[in-house]
Amino acid sequence: MKRLQQTFDRCRQQKRAALVGYMCAGHPSQQLTLPVLDEMVASGVDIIEIGVPFSDPMADGPVIQRASEQAIDNGMNMQGVLAVAKQFRAVHPDVPVVLMGYLNPLLRFGTQRFIETATASGVDGVLLVDLPVEEGRELRLSLQQAQIAPIMLVAPTTGVTRVAQVVDSAAGFVYFISVKGITGSGRLDVDDVQSRVEQLKDTTGLPVAVGFGVSTPEQAGALAQVADGVVVGSALVAAIDGAGTEVDARAAVRATMKPLADALGKVH
Amino acid sequence: MPYTLPDAEGHFGEFGGIYVAETLIPALRELQECYLQCRNDQNFQAELDADYQDYIGRPSPIYLAQRLTAQVGGANIWLKREDLNHTGAHKINNTVGQALVAKRMGKTRLIAETGAGQHGVASATVAARLGLECVVYMGETDIQRQAINVFRMRLLGAKVVPVTSGSKTLKDALNEALRDWVTNVDNTFYIIGTVAGPHPYPMMVRDFNAVIGREARQQMLERCGKLPDAVVACVGGGSNAIGLFHPFIDDDEVAMYGVEAAGHGLNTDEHAASLVAGRPGVLHGNRTYILDDEAGQIRETHSISAGLDYPGVGPEHAWLKDSGRANYVGIDDDEALAAFHQLTRAEGIMPALESSHAVAYALKLAKQLGPDKDILVNLSGRGDKDVHTVAEIEGIEV
Repeated sequence: MKRLQQTFDRCRQQKRAALVGYMCAGHPSQQLTLPVLDEMVASGVDIIEIGVPFSDPMADGPVIQRASEQAIDNGMNMQGVLAVAKQFRAVHPDVPVVLMGYLNPLLRFGTQRFIETATASGVDGVLLVDLPVEEGRELRLSLQQAQIAPIMLVAPTTGVTRVAQVVDSAAGFVYFISVKGITGSGRLDVDDVQSRVEQLKDTTGLPVAVGFGVSTPEQAGALAQVADGVVVGSALVAAIDGAGTEVDARAAVRATMKPLADALGKVH
Repeated sequence: MPYTLPDAEGHFGEFGGIYVAETLIPALRELQECYLQCRNDQNFQAELDADYQDYIGRPSPIYLAQRLTAQVGGANIWLKREDLNHTGAHKINNTVGQALVAKRMGKTRLIAETGAGQHGVASATVAARLGLECVVYMGETDIQRQAINVFRMRLLGAKVVPVTSGSKTLKDALNEALRDWVTNVDNTFYIIGTVAGPHPYPMMVRDFNAVIGREARQQMLERCGKLPDAVVACVGGGSNAIGLFHPFIDDDEVAMYGVEAAGHGLNTDEHAASLVAGRPGVLHGNRTYILDDEAGQIRETHSISAGLDYPGVGPEHAWLKDSGRANYVGIDDDEALAAFHQLTRAEGIMPALESSHAVAYALKLAKQLGPDKDILVNLSGRGDKDVHTVAEIEGIEV
């Protein structure tokens, strides 16, 4: 959790937004997962989101759905994801890691066992897409006690009263969903999102990151004017899909993320 | 104390709830609010009752299956004839109700998921009647298995969208419908076809189907002067079963049996018996019994009947199981098929393969209970849609 705060603080000092990059563990293969993560950092990603594959990812678009299916076929599971996080942490002691996924794989792994293993693996935050503020209060408290931030989503449909309730139970940062839709949607309205993010920042002292449907440096740059972080997922997942070698995978990560990092004004 | 579940947040004990992405929560809240108003509104209820009577053809009768009873030589077997409803199954009870709610909310577009196609047809039917756009999500595998129902939906003006993700069946159709809803939440009403999904769906779909149990309870009292000793219904997601069970929950003397699809056997991986062979988890917006692997990935299921082929089950059934109020059992493909034939030949009533599971269990139970007892079976749908499946299994060219 401390790494998240330090990263957002540093970015703020540098007067730029943090670049948050998502990849799905086990995609395109188990072997390429760590090289992809490593190259994300080298290409300017400030915060890593590792997707935990789930068979029924109801909030995700076709790109991440397919990646999840492939990752499951490749044998990736919660234990594997936590092992990846641990290996990543050994090489990158300061880069924050957030796990993003759905509740059932975590429940099956065991809540207590998850928190212990995630702590030992240097996980900084957990975002459970299907665990809104109404549910899972105890889980969030346990995560907080273990210094793992429960990251909460705010949607374009979330009303004012509810926003207050949601951000109250969040830590680390607040994730604003930029479109009414699923991940990788192509209907991003930058102006509208900017005004929503400004409102949101009036409600919470936490950093606000924006994601869902952000794919181009232009979009990222525009959102970075108001947001503390910009999340790019599907675009990266699509870019590395089908990469067979480490060289190919690294090149695809670089080609996608470097222009985004540049757009956010990251100094390499 | 009378039965009042779910609580205000949609919980049946530890089950149920609202496990969905944030984008949908406001829509679910709005639906909950509107539905609760409808529930307490006499005009709404009058409109619903009129539709039940004039459009669906309710009340559906109860029928004493005398020859079937004689063949078994045990308890009297009564059939609640939901197969006689308009569109041929209980599914219409729910879609008629949800369509009225959609109309009140001013939604112009209906979406639905379907497995066997019965709920899709029932949704397309009410959409046609109200002149609303209708999109039905259906797994590619199910589209091939249920070509006739796909054509029926298209005749009714619905757009049937093939779902090619995951196992290409009902659970994936549900995911896809949720994705559509997230994207088009402003003008779209999602008609969920079973008592699963996030709150308020399990409660609302139950309420619209509870007309089955209310009628049956009254009809049994009139015909037998007493309540049945047992009620039996098949359980996929569980909407026809909860519709029958709910009005009997406070009648302790009435035993309740939910019959799940044991497919190729409960000792194999090829079944759909979430309650009998699954464990609590979270799927499709609610906490309930599910079928998943050791990593928490949802398993592919199997049943001879597409309508039972689902890896979850309504949360109220999960509660009824854990509380011990209802019993859940499995009937495999062969037993269901045998019951399909037996009822068809004994009574001239061809049951849906889903309902055949309930009939198969009732045959066993009738023998156990013995004469002078009464079993009420929900004959949730008619078997016309299944004749091709039956012919194919038995190697007969139609």
